[in-house]
Amino acid sequence: MSEAVRSTRSAAASSHVEAAASYRQTGRTASGRRIQLEARGLKKSYFKAGHEIPVLRGVNLTVQQGEFLAVIGQSGSGKSTLLHLLATLDGADAGEVWLDGMRIDNLPRRRRDALRNRKLGMIFQFYHLLPELTALENVLAPLMIAHGLWSWLRHRRSHVQNARRLLEQVGLGQRWQHLPRELSGGEMQRTAIARALAPGPAVLLADEPTGNLDQHTGAEIMQLLRSLNRQHGLTIVMVTHDLANAQQAHRVVRLVEGRIESA
Amino acid sequence: MYKYLLCWRYLRSRYIALASIVSVTLGVATMIVVNAVMAGFAREMQQRLHNILSDVVLESHSLEGFRDPEWHMELMQRAAGDDIERMVAAVHVPAMLSFQYGGRGEWITRPVTLIGIDDEAPEQAAEFRQYLQHPQNRKQFSFRLRDGGYDVYDHQAQDRGTPRPEMRHAGWTHRRRMAELRRAAAQFGRQSPDASSQQGAHDHRAAEDEQSSTPSVPDDAELRGGDTARPAQRPSRAARSADPFARGGTERRFDPRTEQHTGLVMGIGLASFRLEGTDRFLLLPGDDVRLTFPTAGTPPRAVDDTFTIVDFYESKMSEYDSSLVFVPLRRLQELRGMIEPETGIGYVTSIQIKLKPGRELNQVRDKLRALFPPQLYSVSTWRDKQGALLAAVHMETAILNVLLFLIIAVAGFGILAIFFMIVVEKTRDIGILKSLGAGGRGIMGIFLFYGLLLGLVGSGAGMVLGLAFTQNINAIADALGRLTGRPVFDPDIYYFYEIPALIEWPTVTWIVLGALGIAALASVLPARRAARLHPVEALRYE
Ligand SMILES: Nc1ncnc2c1ncn2[C@@H]1O[C@H](COP(=O)(O)OP(=O)(O)O)[C@@H](O)[C@H]1O
Ligand SMILES: [Mg+2]
Repeated sequence: MSEAVRSTRSAAASSHVEAAASYRQTGRTASGRRIQLEARGLKKSYFKAGHEIPVLRGVNLTVQQGEFLAVIGQSGSGKSTLLHLLATLDGADAGEVWLDGMRIDNLPRRRRDALRNRKLGMIFQFYHLLPELTALENVLAPLMIAHGLWSWLRHRRSHVQNARRLLEQVGLGQRWQHLPRELSGGEMQRTAIARALAPGPAVLLADEPTGNLDQHTGAEIMQLLRSLNRQHGLTIVMVTHDLANAQQAHRVVRLVEGRIESA
Repeated sequence: MYKYLLCWRYLRSRYIALASIVSVTLGVATMIVVNAVMAGFAREMQQRLHNILSDVVLESHSLEGFRDPEWHMELMQRAAGDDIERMVAAVHVPAMLSFQYGGRGEWITRPVTLIGIDDEAPEQAAEFRQYLQHPQNRKQFSFRLRDGGYDVYDHQAQDRGTPRPEMRHAGWTHRRRMAELRRAAAQFGRQSPDASSQQGAHDHRAAEDEQSSTPSVPDDAELRGGDTARPAQRPSRAARSADPFARGGTERRFDPRTEQHTGLVMGIGLASFRLEGTDRFLLLPGDDVRLTFPTAGTPPRAVDDTFTIVDFYESKMSEYDSSLVFVPLRRLQELRGMIEPETGIGYVTSIQIKLKPGRELNQVRDKLRALFPPQLYSVSTWRDKQGALLAAVHMETAILNVLLFLIIAVAGFGILAIFFMIVVEKTRDIGILKSLGAGGRGIMGIFLFYGLLLGLVGSGAGMVLGLAFTQNINAIADALGRLTGRPVFDPDIYYFYEIPALIEWPTVTWIVLGALGIAALASVLPARRAARLHPVEALRYE
């Protein structure tokens, strides 16, 4: 069951995962482990009609390897903004983002694109699947982006095999040919999770993954995330406004008035 | 890799984009058809012009011509002998053609260009012969009237022409019949004096025809062509046959039933008119006509002589078919006084020069130009002579191409608009792709490749459509003609029996490449916009 994830992962990443897994089996807490993702003094404001709207006012956050961190905050508190900054999709006004001991927010754009492609998986409240592609093709999308035409064609079979296995793992083994519009919300979110896992990322950034789902389906998705974290040591940063979901994580922090408070 | 997959999916899922390239398709198809037809017309015209005109021609500026064509030919042979295949001397002179329709009706007079050609010259223009109406004349031309057997069906029409039933009788059959009719009419006219004035005039004309072996300087009455003023009976002017072949017969009566005057080949447009799609003839081979033209002396005086039509010339260039009249060179020189009585050396007005294949026209022309004083001679190629016509065709083609290409350009703006729409519609997908690590270049690639693909589909379909249309253009024109009850391409008007179409592959390639280029260009702006979308804003886009 872990083959799919492990096989798509770089050797370095998988060694971390194993370390995290063995670590958890010994029963020790996550604290004291290597820091995987870190935000230092992140500030972000939007300007609307000449007015400055400060959203993040100096966010400090450390995420350890293998940790499942939940960030809760009200709607409009800047959770999505924070995730976008962590994923280097947007630039902060001040502050730094570090991944695996390397500052990533000031890298050139192409390096950041590659990093986002390989190391950072993202899932969203509205799934954000590509409507023209089937579930399988959606899962393959990050791999296609990573590879040029020729190397893609050369490795196509193994990529497809991995993607099929990932889909099976998230419980969509039979639905790989379906288009997003032929899937339910839960199924779309599972597809999105499979897509985020496809390149074997170091961190999964989840933006209200259950926000658009009914309670039961949302619980299933949470279950899936937890098992991914537990079984593969996947580092997860999830933002949500739902305390009940957040409490399934190792650690919960609160985003209030642009700053992090521990809950 | 994803760009190809995505734009392939976009192509298949967005038919509105396909609609935007229909205009590209139509533009390309139209351009191919128009260019093929124009090229066909141009080629056909050039071929005809070139067949009618010789490669290079040396002309005198004066109607008097220049003395001793052999000497001129020798000079040219020495200067450019390697390039010249053969040379033929000719006399060109403006003339008036007069004939009486149906033997009794009005006199019809028309201006023509009279050309004296050397029918004894061996290779006398194969190009000239091929346009004649008697199959025998096309093989071996002579200025003798044939018994019959003139083409009833146009030999150039490839079974698309309508028959010309009147031509069935052409030749000696027609000549004998007309002579009998005239004789009968003349006898009848003598019995009834009322009708005699017209017929008498004709009688006289016949009588006069019979004595014209030497160029006669006509008196005023003759010049006016109003023979009616002449007394009908002047048998004293003894008749001598004007027929060069029957010459040598001493003073005796000319019998139109068995004898002919000097032979003459006439442009078919001078002798016929089109009525409801068929050719109706005013004259047939076997009929006699009069030609009046200036002598070579100074000041020129008018001379006239009677000739017998032996064949029609049909080049399908109406400009020539309705103005050219060919007679034997020697006879024309005699009539115009272009032969020096002491030496027998002739004058001609032009020398037609045919070059060996593959020679540079203008180069040879310039070589020959250097030989002769430009005040007295002009040397020109057939392209120089018809430069205006050929240039007009090229101009027309160019203008049409500009207009049609503008249509494709308009289609380009359609593609631009629709692409902007698609980019806006796809904003969120672009954000998703960027969140998955796609770079600006890759995103741009999607839309550029999409544009190129649309252009390929559009211009490919246009090419297929255009080529298919061109290949079957005559069948389509026929079908349309049947459908509308009126011929689309009326050979009466164009003198072509088929729409000539010539597919020139370089042109087709340029058209397709141009359309592709426009489609690709039209997608550049939307693609750049897509590439520059801010990932977060695109993700948040609803
Ligand atoms: N492009 C923008 N321009 C102006 N304000 C924005 C923009 N994007 C987000 N905001 C504001 O930033 C705040 C945080 O937004 P967001 O990060 O989406 O919150 P959350 O995800 O916690 O609901 C909101 O008040 C929102 O209105
Ligand atoms: Mg949000």
